[in-house]
Amino acid sequence: MTYKLQFAELLPYWDVLLQGLIFTIILTLVSTAAGIAVGTAGASLRTFGPKWAGAIVTTYVELIRNTPFIVQLFFIFFGLPAAGVMLSETTAAFLAMTINLGAYSTEIIRAGIQAVPKGHVDAGVSLAMTKWEVLRHIILNQAFRKIYPALSSQIIIVMLGSAVVSQISAQDLTYAANFVASRNFRNFEVYLLAALAYLLLAMLTRSLLRGLGRVIFKAK
Amino acid sequence: MLQFSFWDILSNLLIATQWTIVLSLIAFVCGGVVGLILLFMRVSGVTPLEWFTKGYIEFFQGTPLLMQLFLFFFGIALFGVEVSPWMAATLALTFWTSAFLTEIWRGCVDSIPKGQWEASSSLALTYIEQMRYVILPQASRIAVAPTVGFSVQVVKGTALASIIGFVELTKAGTMLNNATFRPFLVYSLVALIYFCLCYPLSWGAKKLEGRLNVAR
Repeated sequence: MTYKLQFAELLPYWDVLLQGLIFTIILTLVSTAAGIAVGTAGASLRTFGPKWAGAIVTTYVELIRNTPFIVQLFFIFFGLPAAGVMLSETTAAFLAMTINLGAYSTEIIRAGIQAVPKGHVDAGVSLAMTKWEVLRHIILNQAFRKIYPALSSQIIIVMLGSAVVSQISAQDLTYAANFVASRNFRNFEVYLLAALAYLLLAMLTRSLLRGLGRVIFKAK
Repeated sequence: MLQFSFWDILSNLLIATQWTIVLSLIAFVCGGVVGLILLFMRVSGVTPLEWFTKGYIEFFQGTPLLMQLFLFFFGIALFGVEVSPWMAATLALTFWTSAFLTEIWRGCVDSIPKGQWEASSSLALTYIEQMRYVILPQASRIAVAPTVGFSVQVVKGTALASIIGFVELTKAGTMLNNATFRPFLVYSLVALIYFCLCYPLSWGAKKLEGRLNVAR
């Protein structure tokens, strides 16, 4: 190999890359929170809601799980304006990630809900708990404890998938890397750095989520 | 100006779908072969080999597929080799697929009782023979459902090859959109075609999973 890697050329752009990294983190945080909220609602509706609502949720989950994220993103960003809904690239990115994670977490949380023994629900009802109290304190509480590891990996997958939002020019880490590459043509160096940043972020997220899980589900 | 009818759009998308299918198949088959080799290394009990595969899996599972595509696309070019999007996409998707398959299959191998390893080693089988005649035949039964399930991810993963310029379904959608200015229609059709490709695989994986639960 005659080419010498020149990482020093990336130094002047550290602020651009850092901004991109921060955007990726915020994007992940917000869409994780929103996505899990959608997932909880979806899973509850599908398990306890009326049949027609369950059918809608199932269609939503299957549609999202069987199409690529980039197509969902393009549909929201390019397709929806034609139907009269204009979105900024940042909003479109948030929306696409939330919808995507929402579908996967619906399926994950539903599995958790189904694993809760029916006797626990009956016990709650017999203690005169309302429907909502049973859902909140008995069903979801136990469901989340069970599916927490699966949900954690899905969050990391969504975080890595967020690299695609650069394609609609939402200014995440990949967008920043593309920008730097277009300026100094050190493509390989900047993408390697970005890849390592993602790797670090993924490992950090995993251990953070593990720690958080220990704190949340401490009392057994 | 050239006019595109609905059928023109659909037929062009379907032509491009062939490339999505070809790329998926190549990535899945090559990824499976590489994954199998890695699996042998991963459960070999030889520490350096296990560390290598762990690092490999960590890298390919912990970085975005898009970054891997970029790295292959620009990385191979550093060696002075002309890189086509086709080659970069094939390589990146193969390695990415192999990392996930190795991890899935390792789980299946781990679920085989330890006594099977001990019994076969007491019969003087070598490591390769143990895997070939004792462990893999049992592990592969459990592995079918999650492997089919993962193939959905491979098909969806090929959509990212569009970003480095490989013309498959998503790229064709983008090009048609640029030509027709009918994004809602074009991307709906693209999504629908992906759904038709992926849903049977998801459905099959679910059925296989159910069958496995009955068998046990």
